[in-house]
Amino acid sequence: MSKPADFLLSVESLGVSFDGFKAVDGFNFYLDRNRVHVIIGPNGAGKTTVLDLICGKTKATSGSIKFKDQEIRGLAEHKIVRAGIGRKFQNPSIYENLTVFENLEISHPKGRGVFGCLMFRRTEEVLGRIRAVAEDVALLELLDTEAGILSHGQKQWLEIGMLLMQDPELLMLDEPVAGMSVREREATAKLIKKISGQRSVIVIEHDMEFVKEIADRVTVMHLGKILAEGSMEHVQADPKVIEVYIGH
Amino acid sequence: MLFKTLFKSRAEFLSYAALTLLLVVVLPVLLPVFRLNLFGKYLTYGFVGVGLVLLWGRCGILSLGQGVFFGIGGYCMAMFLKLEASDPITTKIQSTPGIPDFMDWNQLTHLPFFWEPFKHFPVALLAVVLVPTALAFCLGWAMFQRRVGGVYFAIITQAIALIISLGIDGNQGYTGGRNGITDLRTLLGWDIRSTSAQYILYFACVFFLLLCGLAAKYIINTRMGRVLVAIRDREDRVRFSGYDVALCRTFVFALAALISGVGGAFFVLQVGFMSPSLIGIVPSIEMVIFTAVGGRLSVVGAILGSLIVNLGKTTFSEAIPELWLFLMGGTFIAVVMFFPNGVAGLMEPGGWLSTKLEPFKAMLFGRSGPGSGAGNEVVEVVKNTSVSIAQTTEVTK
Repeated sequence: MSKPADFLLSVESLGVSFDGFKAVDGFNFYLDRNRVHVIIGPNGAGKTTVLDLICGKTKATSGSIKFKDQEIRGLAEHKIVRAGIGRKFQNPSIYENLTVFENLEISHPKGRGVFGCLMFRRTEEVLGRIRAVAEDVALLELLDTEAGILSHGQKQWLEIGMLLMQDPELLMLDEPVAGMSVREREATAKLIKKISGQRSVIVIEHDMEFVKEIADRVTVMHLGKILAEGSMEHVQADPKVIEVYIGH
Repeated sequence: MLFKTLFKSRAEFLSYAALTLLLVVVLPVLLPVFRLNLFGKYLTYGFVGVGLVLLWGRCGILSLGQGVFFGIGGYCMAMFLKLEASDPITTKIQSTPGIPDFMDWNQLTHLPFFWEPFKHFPVALLAVVLVPTALAFCLGWAMFQRRVGGVYFAIITQAIALIISLGIDGNQGYTGGRNGITDLRTLLGWDIRSTSAQYILYFACVFFLLLCGLAAKYIINTRMGRVLVAIRDREDRVRFSGYDVALCRTFVFALAALISGVGGAFFVLQVGFMSPSLIGIVPSIEMVIFTAVGGRLSVVGAILGSLIVNLGKTTFSEAIPELWLFLMGGTFIAVVMFFPNGVAGLMEPGGWLSTKLEPFKAMLFGRSGPGSGAGNEVVEVVKNTSVSIAQTTEVTK
């Protein structure tokens, strides 16, 4: 076990309540570097809410979120992003009116301030990065296509590509293979494996085959709390988990 | 480099060049000075339109209070001109000579403190630019930080327009009240009502308008422009791409105010007065209509819109005054229903006019088909350079 300071992300007794309803309650979560950690659980377990809390979209009512030993709870969303956390949403959230190239370009971390935006130039470095990322997400041939007409799977990949442009140390993917064909799923699993070479990834997913393939560690959530945590085999053998998934 | 940033395609350059030709050559040659001066007045609303293209067209923020910034810019200029017109010799019949006439009527015996700085021309010029910008920055920051947007933002800006116009209206001694600040004659001793002055002011107004237009086009074509569109279409994603959405919105709101303020100053110079009736709710909404009619996505369109609608206003309100308001309302409805991108949208490739002109083009140039946009060229360049980068890395390996 490593010292707390070594964790990339450490979440302690995190909680949020919406008008008295505790969507997430006493949530503890520690993430090492270069790991893929999958959160599973039935609908309404609070998985997406946990991601919302970490990235600042929803404000927590209690607990602490430390990223690289810095408290990030309460920071504005863009500051959390700039600290190095990227977030992919459940529905592909891309700029439909911009081309794939522009989608990736806008995600480049240089020049995010007002004057940075005005002074931003398409340098060799930027172009090289865009090309490299587009290659990773298999969209190289489609750089000048308007993003709105991409297939669903390609939109998912484009959003992952946009996150990769940001070069975050922590990537949070909410259902990255929803609506994908089997072949697309395999490709995505490969991509996530590749990504996790240099950064940590938190994934929310329902597809157990997919989870088995990518997960270093799995957390099972139920009713806003952690039910079990460990390797895939470990949680699958846990009677409480079986109860929740099959019991009713 | 700069050229490519300003004009993404040849068509864009040609339309801006055509507008320049119209304003700089055609109108001054064709029109007598009285009419030209009227067109100069219309063009001052074009400034507001250019600001609205950035604010409303690109960033999706509908402000129904742009008249406020136009008016403040105008008042800053008018205060300087009024003080110049109120020297002790000209105003020696007043009980307190040396102060503006309306102050004297309201029993003021000395110049209010906030009028003092406007004795100096450079200060007044600076105020024309800075006061609207600073006000918009503060208002914008307060609202956008709290994520006030959409209809609520429009309503608040409209309320601000009402408050400011009533505030000016109700403080006659300090602001000239409902009459406004009138009887402005000279600028640093130069008679602004002479024919030559009207020509010079018209050209100065056109120059600054085209300059503001270029600045707006520059912003639209930089990363800032794409971020603004992205905020309009998908605010959350922009936030999670690491941008401060509130700050970007505040920036564009303040910039639109700055441009409107310059327009207000030129209005005062060409028309010779400023009053609260020019900055309240109705004129503020009219400014939005000019922009919608011309095309809220296009700088050239917004400038044309201010010309067309105001020309219509003058013509029809001279001929059939009682019908004018209905006509303007009808135009606005027609724009919203039938051509949402305004006149500029009709002229764009694929728009109504271009499809009508297609056969003629084919006749003239042998074959049809618009030139490929520079956007595609850029992507081409990217592909080529990145291919060559890839090749070099291959070689070095």
